[in-house]
Amino acid sequence: MIFDDEPVPGYPLPILPGHTSPGRFERILRAGQFAVTTELAPPDSADPQEVYDRAKIFDGYVDAINATDGSGANCHMSSVAVCALLTRVGYAPVMQISCRDKNRIAIQGDILGGAAMGVCNMLCLTGDGVQAGDHPQALPVFDLDSMSLLETARTLRDGHHFLSGRKLTYAPRVLLGAAENPFAPPIEWRADRLAKKIAAGAQFIQTQYCYDVGLLKQFLQRAEDLGLLEKVFLLIGVGPLRSAKTAEWMRKNVPGLHIPDAVVKRLAGAADQAREGRDLCIELIQEIHGLRGVSGVHIMAYRQEESVPEIVQRSGVLGGRVPWYPGRDPQQNSHRIAS
Amino acid sequence: MYTLRLWSVRHARGLNRFYQGFERALVALDPLWRRIGYERLERPVAAVERTVKATLFDCKMCGQCVLSSTGMSCPMNCPKNLRNGPCGGVRENGHCEVRPQMKCVWHQAVAGSARIRGGAEAIRAVQPPVDRRLTGRSSWLRVARERAGGQS
Repeated sequence: MIFDDEPVPGYPLPILPGHTSPGRFERILRAGQFAVTTELAPPDSADPQEVYDRAKIFDGYVDAINATDGSGANCHMSSVAVCALLTRVGYAPVMQISCRDKNRIAIQGDILGGAAMGVCNMLCLTGDGVQAGDHPQALPVFDLDSMSLLETARTLRDGHHFLSGRKLTYAPRVLLGAAENPFAPPIEWRADRLAKKIAAGAQFIQTQYCYDVGLLKQFLQRAEDLGLLEKVFLLIGVGPLRSAKTAEWMRKNVPGLHIPDAVVKRLAGAADQAREGRDLCIELIQEIHGLRGVSGVHIMAYRQEESVPEIVQRSGVLGGRVPWYPGRDPQQNSHRIAS
Repeated sequence: MYTLRLWSVRHARGLNRFYQGFERALVALDPLWRRIGYERLERPVAAVERTVKATLFDCKMCGQCVLSSTGMSCPMNCPKNLRNGPCGGVRENGHCEVRPQMKCVWHQAVAGSARIRGGAEAIRAVQPPVDRRLTGRSSWLRVARERAGGQS
């Protein structure tokens, strides 16, 4: 998909009628394309090149790149900074905002700052508890929760003012997202929580890893009964498992992760477990692609980022579409710069 | 107390009904509270409220009680202070991600709210961020003052 009004990289697209952001991720979603997003693990480094190297892996295979915000409560380069670097060269990052480390004053500042740096998509999260990470002695802030964070971001965008009521001279034009975990208890209430997130301002959802399509279908059915499927773009989380041992470790240590025994057994029985893990991921993506009410997948391949292009390609869900990346349209951009 | 907290969720219906009556009485007595002075009442009432609610709910005195919307399970006992539903980290046995020995406050809240009349609707309302200035102050007096529509 090539937009006629594709700007010089680093500059926003025109905002189309009915859109809330000048971003290409929103355009892909609203055009009804099956979207693919992924996650960039921010480096433990102050070198911008490391961010660009990590992003380049995904060139041509993803529509947006999530920049995590101290995920797993581990310290890394900040999501605002990663996003600022990515937007400079034209990527479409999803800026993750966690409530764990910042209060409402810092968060509102980051929303304005991120949008000023060209971030068009923001994902509002509660965040993992500090006990999960490498600084368990830190103060957990949690001044807001994911829901009130969504409302806060929406207030800035649509109300053109801070929570205090103080006016903004220019509101952040952003697409707002949230996370959902259809696979954690109370399972029967998860769709109700989705409804609440939509009411609070969520326009797109990226879910926790899905390894159980049966549970996902239940969730989608309940969401449909509540009339939610038309109100939000759902991207289902998937990811390759490296081995049966990794799967065992993950389900013991990653909060809220549900991996059925059958999946572990299948990996354990394979000659090349890493390959089996990728095959399984591809099968899941293809199955999810066929589900009603699903707008895309969010591939989380922590420490296996290099497998993302292969997974996307072999899944065939892009159907020949090449998502934008720096240098995709040399003709178009040289023409733009010249004119 | 943890055991009593779980008991309160199991008896959410009765406790909520009792509170509704109690709240009506509080609001009706607004003229009296005003004569004495809300600020003068603040410390003794907050002390009583703290004792009663700490016993029954492990109340943290946030000063903006939402127990009727959370099935009598106090959301301030959530290590992440979530006021709007469970996080994505709830364990398969329904326990907390941060404190594995504790049942998830929100897992409890969903169960408790199903017992309260109108609870299933109340829990769906999006709660605003906590006003941290109210910590330690009486929620009862605040409700009485606000519902009666008077100024202190």
